[in-house]
Amino acid sequence: MTRADVRKTYKLYIGGAFPRSESGHSYVVEDAKGKFLANAALASRKDARDAVVAARGAFGGWSGRTAYNRGQVVYRIAELMEDRRPQFLEALSSSEGLTSRQATAALDAAVDRLVWYAGWADKLTQVVGNANPVAGPFFNLSTPEPTGVVAVLAPQQSSLLGLVSVVAPVIVTGNTCVVVSSFARPLPAVTFSEVLATSDVPGGVVNILTGDATTVGPWLASHMDVNAIDLVGLAGSPELAAELEVAAADNLKRVHRAPAAEPDWALEPELDAMTRYLETKTVWHPIGV
Amino acid sequence: MPFQPMLGGMVATQSDVEPTPFRDLDVTRSDSSLRRFLHGLPGVDQVGAEQRAAALGTRSIKTSAKAFALDLAISMVDLTTLEGQDTPGKVRTLAAKAMRPDPSDATCPATAAVCVYPDMVATAKEALGSSGVKVAAVATAFPSGRAAMDIKLADTRDAVEAGADEIDMVIDRGAFLAGRYLEIYEEIAQVREACRRENGESAHLKVILETGELQTYDNVRRASWLGMLAGGHFIKTSTGKVQPAATLPVTLIMLEAVRDFREATGTMIGVKPAGGIRTAKDAIKFLVTVNEVAGPDWLDPDWFRFGASTLLNDLLMQRMKMKTGRYSGPDYVTVD
Repeated sequence: MTRADVRKTYKLYIGGAFPRSESGHSYVVEDAKGKFLANAALASRKDARDAVVAARGAFGGWSGRTAYNRGQVVYRIAELMEDRRPQFLEALSSSEGLTSRQATAALDAAVDRLVWYAGWADKLTQVVGNANPVAGPFFNLSTPEPTGVVAVLAPQQSSLLGLVSVVAPVIVTGNTCVVVSSFARPLPAVTFSEVLATSDVPGGVVNILTGDATTVGPWLASHMDVNAIDLVGLAGSPELAAELEVAAADNLKRVHRAPAAEPDWALEPELDAMTRYLETKTVWHPIGV
Repeated sequence: MPFQPMLGGMVATQSDVEPTPFRDLDVTRSDSSLRRFLHGLPGVDQVGAEQRAAALGTRSIKTSAKAFALDLAISMVDLTTLEGQDTPGKVRTLAAKAMRPDPSDATCPATAAVCVYPDMVATAKEALGSSGVKVAAVATAFPSGRAAMDIKLADTRDAVEAGADEIDMVIDRGAFLAGRYLEIYEEIAQVREACRRENGESAHLKVILETGELQTYDNVRRASWLGMLAGGHFIKTSTGKVQPAATLPVTLIMLEAVRDFREATGTMIGVKPAGGIRTAKDAIKFLVTVNEVAGPDWLDPDWFRFGASTLLNDLLMQRMKMKTGRYSGPDYVTVD
């Protein structure tokens, strides 16, 4: 007698749990050759709303952690990704059509990227913060603070390295995020969410929605409780990106504009990736008291 | 077919608007007759009540019906602060919010009332002025109801003299559970008397049953009838200090009671769920239940209220979402 397959149900990742889409909808995910691969949950605007609530709820605790601790937590994600190498390689080669060698390179780069950002957690303040000289008996200190809830429309092509490269800089500085994964290649993001669920990242810090950034994106862009939005997932769709920028202006969101084409994620990131989701807090303190 | 209670006496003629203690009835003549009546009320089908409440909670209320429900719910809120740390400043802030819940939108209705401790009534009254928002005061040794009768009455008179439009009294749950029903009946009737003003008017009386401490749905039904027979204008679920507070099944049973009571006596009594209702979605479930169980007559701030504090912010955020088409956030409502 042959053993029955235990088929996997791909779900969303919101607030540390794996709910189905509120809409009940799913969509067919095909592999790089156009063959059926899986059914993934199709996130609706209400899933985005719930994810923002979860991210807002997690913000106080996450941003209140010490930078050193956040660095450890992000490093722990890298550790757990190492443990799931076969699963990630399988997801990468089927989704992106990579050869075994290319998939390994992409996974290595993604893990290394997390370690790189983890190291930045307790060093960024020294680099972008400052003790300002002022004409008076005061210490004047500028320090970077996380901006809040960041909506991330993840890259459509690079489904793992690209995803890690946009999520890690957001959370390592103390923001929380709602991520809309690549539409055609959501499976590495689902596996990544399983890594997050078993790591030390508190529920709600990263929320991953599989689905269409062009339908969910506008709700996140206009959401008054989202503080910043990364539009990189709309690379190559300048009209839609412009619409989202207009919607985002209503509550003065920080916007990372969509590039004309998806960047090469293999390059070492700039500090901008982190600093664009930071606010500068300047404190005056009397000397000698 | 609504249930017809055997009250005895000429009750059907008492169709005046003002509920008063029903003193001429056979059932309220002695402790044993009152017990016989209350225990003769049909038992509540617990599974049935919970199932019906859950089914009513699945109704989908959208677009213009939702907009109507949100505005109605806002106008039904008794904006409440009942904490030891309440200050005159906090009460004034609350009063300002009650009058203009959404300062950026003139079409947003005011809430029904603010609900405070008796010592804050004067402050609230002054802040609310002639806005039409009422002042409700909790009295009779809120929230436990454990004090001597004269203290409870003095508590009530103080609040009424300070200008309270409505008095939220608690019943003595210990006496109720011990079966001393006539004692509670007398207590409510006396507090009702203490609500009278010198000019002949009377503050409205809400009777808090504290359903979370009554143990069974049968007891909720009995306490509802007791509160109505004793002359309360409203029956209210809870103090908000005990969990569980206002659940949908409990409110459904109380709505059945006020419906049956009007059928039997011609007198209409209001219902106020309080405590634990935090989201607009929950509030709409309650409104659906009111409409389906008691009827549309009760869909009015004079006959149905929400005792709540955080609920108002969610109602306002939902209202902004309906108006602007984008999700709002807690940055755009007050921090209470």
